Amino acid sequence: MNNLDSFDLPPNATAPPGTFVVAGLTSRDAAPELPLANTPLGELPAPERHSRPGNNCQAAMESELPVTWIQPSSVGRMSSLLELVKHVDLLQFLVRREIKVRYAQSAIGIGWAVLQPLFPMLIFTVIFGRLAKLSSDGIPYALFSFAGLVPWLYFSNGVTDGVNSLIANANMLSKVYFPRLLIPLSAVISRFIDFCVATIMLLGMMVWYGAIPNWGVCVIPWLLAMMILTTIGIACWLSTLAIQYRDVKHALSFLIQVLMYTAPVVYPTTLIPESWKLLYALNPMVGVIEGLRSALLGTRDMPWLLIAIGSVSSLVIAISGTNYFVRKQRIFADVA
Amino acid sequence: MSSYAITADGLSKAYRLGKQCGTPDTLVGALKALVRYPLDNFRHLRSLTQTNGEDPHLLWALRDASFEIKQGDVVGVVGRNGSGKSTLLKLLSRITDPTAGSARILGRVSSLLEVGTGFHPELSGRDNIYLNGTILGMSKREIDHKFDEIVDFSGVARFLDTPTKRYSSGMQVRLAFSVAAHLEPDVLIVDEVLAVGDAEFQRRCLGKMQEVASGGRTVLFVSHNMSTIGQLCNVGMLLSHGKITAAGELKHVVQVYMDELFTTQAEAGDESLRVSVTTAVDDLESEKVWRQGSHLTVRVSVWSREAVQGPAVDLYLHSSAGRMVFAQSDRFMDSSNGSSEHHWVFEFRLENTGFVSDYMTIDVGFRYSSSTRYIALWRSLAAVALGPLPDGFTHGRDCPVAIPCAVALRGSA
Repeated sequence: MNNLDSFDLPPNATAPPGTFVVAGLTSRDAAPELPLANTPLGELPAPERHSRPGNNCQAAMESELPVTWIQPSSVGRMSSLLELVKHVDLLQFLVRREIKVRYAQSAIGIGWAVLQPLFPMLIFTVIFGRLAKLSSDGIPYALFSFAGLVPWLYFSNGVTDGVNSLIANANMLSKVYFPRLLIPLSAVISRFIDFCVATIMLLGMMVWYGAIPNWGVCVIPWLLAMMILTTIGIACWLSTLAIQYRDVKHALSFLIQVLMYTAPVVYPTTLIPESWKLLYALNPMVGVIEGLRSALLGTRDMPWLLIAIGSVSSLVIAISGTNYFVRKQRIFADVA
Repeated sequence: MSSYAITADGLSKAYRLGKQCGTPDTLVGALKALVRYPLDNFRHLRSLTQTNGEDPHLLWALRDASFEIKQGDVVGVVGRNGSGKSTLLKLLSRITDPTAGSARILGRVSSLLEVGTGFHPELSGRDNIYLNGTILGMSKREIDHKFDEIVDFSGVARFLDTPTKRYSSGMQVRLAFSVAAHLEPDVLIVDEVLAVGDAEFQRRCLGKMQEVASGGRTVLFVSHNMSTIGQLCNVGMLLSHGKITAAGELKHVVQVYMDELFTTQAEAGDESLRVSVTTAVDDLESEKVWRQGSHLTVRVSVWSREAVQGPAVDLYLHSSAGRMVFAQSDRFMDSSNGSSEHHWVFEFRLENTGFVSDYMTIDVGFRYSSSTRYIALWRSLAAVALGPLPDGFTHGRDCPVAIPCAVALRGSA
């Protein structure tokens, strides 16, 4: 709509110093009476203070003070990543707030992080393990389903929190500027505490049932990275949509349920026909859950193909999600 | 160009106005509407962010604002409600993007559009200081460094580890402002946030602001309180209807603003719906100053192209600090009492029984008497100056309105 990229000097920039220029009208007569108009200008070196605008002078200035541009176009991807790095302190405090607030004023506090994975495991064990007698790759069903639930609950809670975080913080969005990505990011990261608690419980169950991990544990860091990237990506996609279309918020629990049955949380991947495996692996959580089970419980060989496909798709989800978020974030304050 | 802290060039922001949907009057129409409803809603939600071309439903909250602000200037931004002041501040603090135009700000920018943004009631005072500070753009080290100063200034040292939800509202505000007051940006953007807390705290805030302003920092300051503007600022900028109409010397700008407000006759609206407000004071000494004990007559005339059955008019008075202090409705139950269906006159007669305010601005809302939704709401149509304040009162948002107001209604055409 205008030549933003080639923007150099505004048309009225040539007005002499000491005048207040408004809408193209230079009100020279008012200028000499301004009490502070000619006071020393802070950090500026003296010779440049009243010099005519020139390229040298401008370059010198810009090296001293950061320059903020305000334009209709949104900021580039790289600069918004750089901004994130600058706001690491804020991320830290937002995560801390999420964690502190989540279990504040509840009698058992962090105990909820223990109960939350425990209940679905009991239900699944009774319904799918005992009643439906689903196969569990030869290990106790309770352990089998818990190993799937630990990463799955991280994903589903992370996405739910991430999506709601943006709406819950709508007030902040319209009152102060900071990289908006920090909000879903802090929600997703803060769920890692619950994940750690659940992992400790899983280790306890492994000791109880006598399951022995194998060399596959070396792959676990990569599996966790996949899990976190997927969660961040989906949370970015859905929170961006949810801030404008609240329908997403209402459809979310339903969506998460459906997604759960497209991942091998309650059933083993051996139930999936071989011809569907490639399509099935597009859900990155398939690779994550099967990889974890293989490494910790030795249910099967390390599913390299599932993990490879899942890695690609988790990267695609994460990059496209953050990209979409960054591209849309400039409208948040207007629609929130 | 280099010595300007802020250079704005044609900064504009458009918002889409909510369209009123027609109500279907047949069963088939209603069914059709029911089916189409999600689709229409979707279109509407999507259109919230599309601003193309000369759409009549676009509201230009700010249009072609070009200005330059020198480093070290303290600029008081004034204007009526809805004149685009807040939009300007939001654009400059990067909360929303402009629809067109650009601006360039030299130096670190911090904006303070609300005290206590991000405060969480469950968190302790200490946690909230860090959270709010980092949200406003400080680093953890900076806050560590200034922590004691912040706590001292707020005066809540004893309750630092108590969740802020147990604080009194005054304590919350004090703590929040203390954090904000210790920001050290090159450019500070402040929206009417000083008028909080008790009088003593306000004085300290004002002192702190003056300290910030005299430290060579550039400050943009929005307020409806002319006395605060006068104390803090050295340059003024007046916005009306989204455009900058005056700028430069503060006295001059404030004068233009006051002239704009204190008219005894004001009009607004368009050819389909128009309002006119006339004010008169029955005081022997002055026709313009509504002093204590005298009566103000506000005559509201509305013309509508479409016939409106049983219209009602709501009158609101806001004090000079921007707080609503009075609201009153008048309505025609039916249109058979001699007035035409396109033109109505409402008359309100009010007595000043001791308002604590420099002046009152007048809002008028027009609606069906059976509905609470406005067909139109005109803000700050006119203003009327009040006499000197009663003894013992000072200006400010939290000053009480001394005595309720006596009203006489006249629903005549």
